Amino acid sequence: METKKSLFSRLPVVSQLKKSVGLQRGMLIAGIVMTAAFLLTAALAPLISPYGATQRFNETQAPPSSVHIWGTTAGGYDVFSRTIWGTQTAVLVIVVAVALSIFIGVILGLLSGYIGGWLDRILVVVADAIYAFPTLLLAMVMSIAISQGRSNMWSGIFSAAISITVVFIPQYFRVIRAETIRLKAEPFVESAIVVGASSVRIMARHIYKNATRTLPLIFTLNASEAILTLAGLGFLGFGIEPSSAAEWGYDLNHAQTDAASGIWWTGVFPGAAIVLTVLGLTLLGESMNDLNDPRLRGRKRVGKKKNGPTKDEELVDA
Amino acid sequence: MSRPDKQAPVEGQGLRPVLDIEDLKVTFATDAGDVHAVKDVSFTVAPGEIVAIVGESGSGKTVTAKAILGLLPETAQSSGAVVISGNDIITVSPHQLRQIRGRDVAMVFQEPSTALNPVYTVGWQIAEGLRAHRPEGKRVGRREARRLAIDALRKVGIPEPEKRVDYYPHQFSGGQKQRVVIAAALALNPGLIVADEPTTALDVTVQAEILELLRDLRDQFGTSIVLITHNMGVVADLADRVVVMFQGDVVEEAPSQVLFDAPREEYTQKLLAAVPHLGRNSASEGFTERAFQDKEVLVRATDLEIEYPGRLGSPAFRAVDKVSFTISAGEVFGLVGESGSGKTTIGRAIAGLNRTTGGSLEVLGYEMRNYKERTFRPYRKDIGFVFQDPAASFNPHLTIGECVAEPLLIHTDLSGAAVTKKVEELLESVQLPRAYAKRFPHELSGGQRQRASLARGLALKPKLLVADEPTSALDVSVQAKVLELFREIQVEMGFAALFISHDLAVVDILAEWVGVLYKGKMVEQGIGNQIMGNPQEDYTKRLLASLPVPNPAEQAERRAVHQALLARR
Repeated sequence: METKKSLFSRLPVVSQLKKSVGLQRGMLIAGIVMTAAFLLTAALAPLISPYGATQRFNETQAPPSSVHIWGTTAGGYDVFSRTIWGTQTAVLVIVVAVALSIFIGVILGLLSGYIGGWLDRILVVVADAIYAFPTLLLAMVMSIAISQGRSNMWSGIFSAAISITVVFIPQYFRVIRAETIRLKAEPFVESAIVVGASSVRIMARHIYKNATRTLPLIFTLNASEAILTLAGLGFLGFGIEPSSAAEWGYDLNHAQTDAASGIWWTGVFPGAAIVLTVLGLTLLGESMNDLNDPRLRGRKRVGKKKNGPTKDEELVDA
Repeated sequence: MSRPDKQAPVEGQGLRPVLDIEDLKVTFATDAGDVHAVKDVSFTVAPGEIVAIVGESGSGKTVTAKAILGLLPETAQSSGAVVISGNDIITVSPHQLRQIRGRDVAMVFQEPSTALNPVYTVGWQIAEGLRAHRPEGKRVGRREARRLAIDALRKVGIPEPEKRVDYYPHQFSGGQKQRVVIAAALALNPGLIVADEPTTALDVTVQAEILELLRDLRDQFGTSIVLITHNMGVVADLADRVVVMFQGDVVEEAPSQVLFDAPREEYTQKLLAAVPHLGRNSASEGFTERAFQDKEVLVRATDLEIEYPGRLGSPAFRAVDKVSFTISAGEVFGLVGESGSGKTTIGRAIAGLNRTTGGSLEVLGYEMRNYKERTFRPYRKDIGFVFQDPAASFNPHLTIGECVAEPLLIHTDLSGAAVTKKVEELLESVQLPRAYAKRFPHELSGGQRQRASLARGLALKPKLLVADEPTSALDVSVQAKVLELFREIQVEMGFAALFISHDLAVVDILAEWVGVLYKGKMVEQGIGNQIMGNPQEDYTKRLLASLPVPNPAEQAERRAVHQALLARR
């Protein structure tokens, strides 16, 4: 029996960090650092960025200088400030989108998996139909339906988030439904049935907690996908108005023409921001996924230092 | 490699042991630190000898077996020497190890259905081992490999091997699959076979056949066998010598007869005493007629039928076929049968986990044909259920106390403090310390969990308890304690019980009235000691005869009786 661990060391990311070794540990740490930098930047955006996200300047397409360290865009925005404020938009969209889709996905998954029958069949067909749609197209349709394509900061964030939510619900739904169906046959659920527990009680008390163990993993992986979808929407012109909030996808779109004329700074920085954020979240999610699976997890070799003498014995024996 | 001249003296004379293990130590790296699975194990196996390694779970017997074949995972570190025909498995290169496997030593696994690849024919799988090696220095051709595969199948007693060689694993029964696995192990005529619990996944009647086969192999081909098992009956039936392991150490090593007659070590004595022995300690000792007939009838099945719907086009599978029986208040009804006999289905139907499809099943006066979860729920407080696997029947996120409290919270309006008090009382009644209420299921051992499971089943003082193989996932010594506890509590509380088991000896300890199921039909029912002592039906006789008893001399006699029974069929 191992001693009870402190609450801190049982937290998702921390417990995995303790279990990791070697390359897996390096990847996890890289993921944690990038994600932490992303979150910190978002939180401290007002302090870091010299100008507001929607502040316009007279000098357009100015190269990096001491006033505008990453230059300005054709629209007269400061690239550095736009990139920094963009993290905030990205975090908000991720939080709203993933929170909404987890909430709805988990409830539908539990109901569908546990109750089964016609409800299950209908929900699965709907989820499959949504799955079969190209995600970006679906997000565009949703975005147009919600905000007629253009909007201010909050409604823009919400329409982007809801568009992403629609795409993500089937993922959570499927994972939770599959887990629920598996757990339904587990003896501990049967023992609850035998004891006379109601369906609601079984779902809430016995299945919910056991079925949601994998959610932190899907969460991190989906967060990176959410950023890509948001950037895609912005790039195609269905995102958030540049006058209401900073958004990387939009900036990247408008940097397209600049690139041809040798103005690199308008595209490189928002592009790098997208790449680094997605990379960080993916590294974090993937390594957590691997570490949670005992079969994929690497382990330390049996105490090499302590067992020094045994090695020698072996040599003598051989 | 100087293998041929090293092996020369082995053949015929039996001077050099086939397997020589010296000071084997195996350590695993885990998240909780290093685990010393095997501490210091040394023994040898002579040509043509059957050595059994026995021990309870966690004793290191399977790790030892895997070390013999070099199958330990990366996280394990081993030291010492495992010498097979002159090669030390621990130090040889992976290439040499591959050559040794199959040629000098082969393995038979516990679960034949997972040891065979379902997408290849059995002939292909046997030939795979042949083609991987080059016996006599040349490659085995396709036709030659097929011929050898047919030979191997013939050796292990598969009828029509020429035809069966092209069958897929699913076309064989469980016992035949294990024969195929053994045939694959035999294909290259290795001097040593390591059999890890080769009969644990099989029914007793099939187990008897496989044990017979293994004995034949030794007698005909002189193959040495290392048998890993926890079943003392199997040891008594097959082994020449026994190595008893406990917590990674060898406790005792002795010839089989000596060990069973006069175990030297205290641990071995306890282990042997815990093995249930048919005919001893019977619950129905001295009974001449069925007891408790004056009491209220709790369960009455009349021509009960339960069918599982077939897949599209195929007919429904009838798991229970016209079964009639009654369980009266205070009576322990033992239901025995092999896998697929429908015994678990009946137990689950009584608890409302399966629907009945024909006949009648009355539980506490409720007709299960008109089953509705809502109308049956009030009856549930009078039915307790103990599941087979104590590890899986507790919600891993709830403490033991919360799990045991579930029925109280659902069916009574007791206050929080009263529930806590009641839970503590319940835990004490199953001999668990009160403090265990705050522990999580994984922090308890198997036996402790099964006691907690019993406490949960009895929380509402039910009239009827359904126990589905409650001890089959436990070690023998733990099983003995749980059975004793079950019997004590049953006498004290006087509930009726349906006790389902595949182990006749276990059923005999608890049940006054025993029913024998075979392929969904109730073949025979009667007073426990009469069924065990004087069975009337052919199937019951065979079932009893195939059960190995933990005593080599007695088992040899029983084996003869069993052979005679089979011959008569």
